[in-house]
Amino acid sequence: MEEFIQHLINGLSLGSIYALIALGYTMVYGILQLINFAHSDVYMMGAFIGLYSSRFLGIQEKPGLLSFISVLFISMVGCSIVGFLIERLAYRPLRGAPKLNALITAIGVSLFLQYSGQIVFGATPQSFPNILEDADLLALGGVHLTLFDVTIFMTTLSLMLILRYIINSTKLGKAMRAVSYNGQWASLMGIPVNKIISMTFIIGSALAAAGGILVGMKYPKIEPLMGTMIGLKAFVAAVLGGIGNISGAVLGAMIMGIAEEFVVGYGASTYRDALAFGILILILLFRPAGILGKLNVEKV
Amino acid sequence: MFKNLALALTAVIALTSCTKKPSTDGTATSSNANEILVGEYGSMTGSEATFGISTHEGIQLAFKQINNTGGINGKLLKLISLDNQGKPEEAATAVQKLITQNKVVAVLGEVASSRSLAAAPIAQQYKIPMVSPSSTNPKVTEVGDYIFRVCFIDPFQGTVMAKFAAENLKAKKVAIMTDVKSDYSVGLAKFFKEKFEDLGGKVVSEQSYASQDIDFKAQLTAIKAAKPDAIFIPGYYTEVGLISRQAKGLGIKAALLGGDGWDSSKLFEIGKEAIVGGYFSNHYTTESKDKKVQEFISAYKDAYNKVPDGLAAMGYDAAMVLVDAMKRAKEPTPEAIRDQLATTKDFIAVTGKITIDEKRNATKPAVVVQVKGQDKYGYVTTINP
Repeated sequence: MEEFIQHLINGLSLGSIYALIALGYTMVYGILQLINFAHSDVYMMGAFIGLYSSRFLGIQEKPGLLSFISVLFISMVGCSIVGFLIERLAYRPLRGAPKLNALITAIGVSLFLQYSGQIVFGATPQSFPNILEDADLLALGGVHLTLFDVTIFMTTLSLMLILRYIINSTKLGKAMRAVSYNGQWASLMGIPVNKIISMTFIIGSALAAAGGILVGMKYPKIEPLMGTMIGLKAFVAAVLGGIGNISGAVLGAMIMGIAEEFVVGYGASTYRDALAFGILILILLFRPAGILGKLNVEKV
Repeated sequence: MFKNLALALTAVIALTSCTKKPSTDGTATSSNANEILVGEYGSMTGSEATFGISTHEGIQLAFKQINNTGGINGKLLKLISLDNQGKPEEAATAVQKLITQNKVVAVLGEVASSRSLAAAPIAQQYKIPMVSPSSTNPKVTEVGDYIFRVCFIDPFQGTVMAKFAAENLKAKKVAIMTDVKSDYSVGLAKFFKEKFEDLGGKVVSEQSYASQDIDFKAQLTAIKAAKPDAIFIPGYYTEVGLISRQAKGLGIKAALLGGDGWDSSKLFEIGKEAIVGGYFSNHYTTESKDKKVQEFISAYKDAYNKVPDGLAAMGYDAAMVLVDAMKRAKEPTPEAIRDQLATTKDFIAVTGKITIDEKRNATKPAVVVQVKGQDKYGYVTTINP
């Protein structure tokens, strides 16, 4: 029983990490119908901005709430700029082009970030600074719940709620939904489409930065290719929950995290990654729109 | 039509100019009569970068010392190093390039067995002797009669830790966590298990992971439920650092054990206090009173301003064993060097007396050390073959 509960906690904690990244994928897709493959590399940039800013501020070995919040803030701002530039320089010139062009560009941007990361930061993994001390919040019997687990879970949930609020209840969100419905019509109604799309990328990249910092704290080994596998899994989670759906992304990520944890814990640890992509295949076969997604039939 | 033709032509020109470039690089480094070219390939970047860098520094130090004292029979040694980024396929390409373009007479490398195994068939094919400083998987030297190593092999390293767990730690139950992507890790785990069960112990849980994973809590939770006295993790330092942290987070108190793949300053940087107290088998210890060891440490400190890790010592020894064979060879040809390498006997090296056996492996003792802090390893015991 103890083992079971511990697996469940581990799974939720892993799932929240996938969810943080899946939120960014799903939001951009929901508005632009573009799978932004560069998202997982913006997440990597977030972790590295965190590393360098904490070194610059001289707080890499001064754990505390203030260090954590300042590093998180700098990294979110930094990644927003990166996200804005990616959209401005790579995606906007292709606005009128077929969707496939944008998709291939996204893969190109992703590779560009990964390999320029290897040149600038070096390919060697670096240890992430200790900006917040981990501690046991609960050690009941054999079950351990750490501060990081709770922080990550709470951050994910609150970011999800904030995103839902922005999209459903603000003017910006209304404009985003209008653009998502039909960009051309939206611009006829006086909505500044380019500005709205830029905002989407800025918010998405800030989310990725938060993910990078939280993962860096929990697994203090960061490297330029760290986004690849976790990005793919977050993408699968977004598809599982129904891509474009905010709550779906979080639900899908939790299912993925828990499923992975139990497969590794009770069965064969070698099948961990196979499981994620197995789920993707099954979903595409039986429920192409995902758990919470709605299937839009395209009429010709 | 013409436009397409022009495009195709430019593409062809671009392709041929690309393929030509490396060969001009190669001829630029061709040897003159007073130099002996030796190739080295290693992981200077990538997730095991400290392995490649330490080994490279050890080799460089050895070559510098030899060249300062007159070289080999009047000829100076020249080292050509290539980075394989920690990828087996790059290791194969690097060795191919060293042999066919740079025309080296011998190759030094690699640390990781997976990469030595990728490169060894190429050295064997061209009949160029290859000396691996620290690949411990038995298969490496089985590739052919041109492949040598100056370190002990996994069956020995696995049994050392099994003996240590059973006799020194008095462990009855152990868990094993293997990196299934690495030949080294799988080999060590297998021989550890055989020996530990021979000694009357019990392996209560066997888990696996893949290098580059960052989350190990599922495996560790399963291990915790089996209540082992010790956990044997024959992996490399980046993953071991993360594993130790997560084990601590789960409240696991069992002793952590490992092999020479732990030997890196990054181990403590990533693992922090969680890895302190872990034991691993290594090729040498800086705490040794031996004169040869102390001389090496002070020379290395003068050159690089840091304490040499085990892999730096192995790189130095591999280079010195090769140099010794070259000195005994009448002509520095690959065949003559190979023949002399095969007859190396009781060579006094930093990491102990090296004798190359008929399987081209080195027989020598191993030490067990305990992690105490950043670059601080306390000597625990020596285990002989």
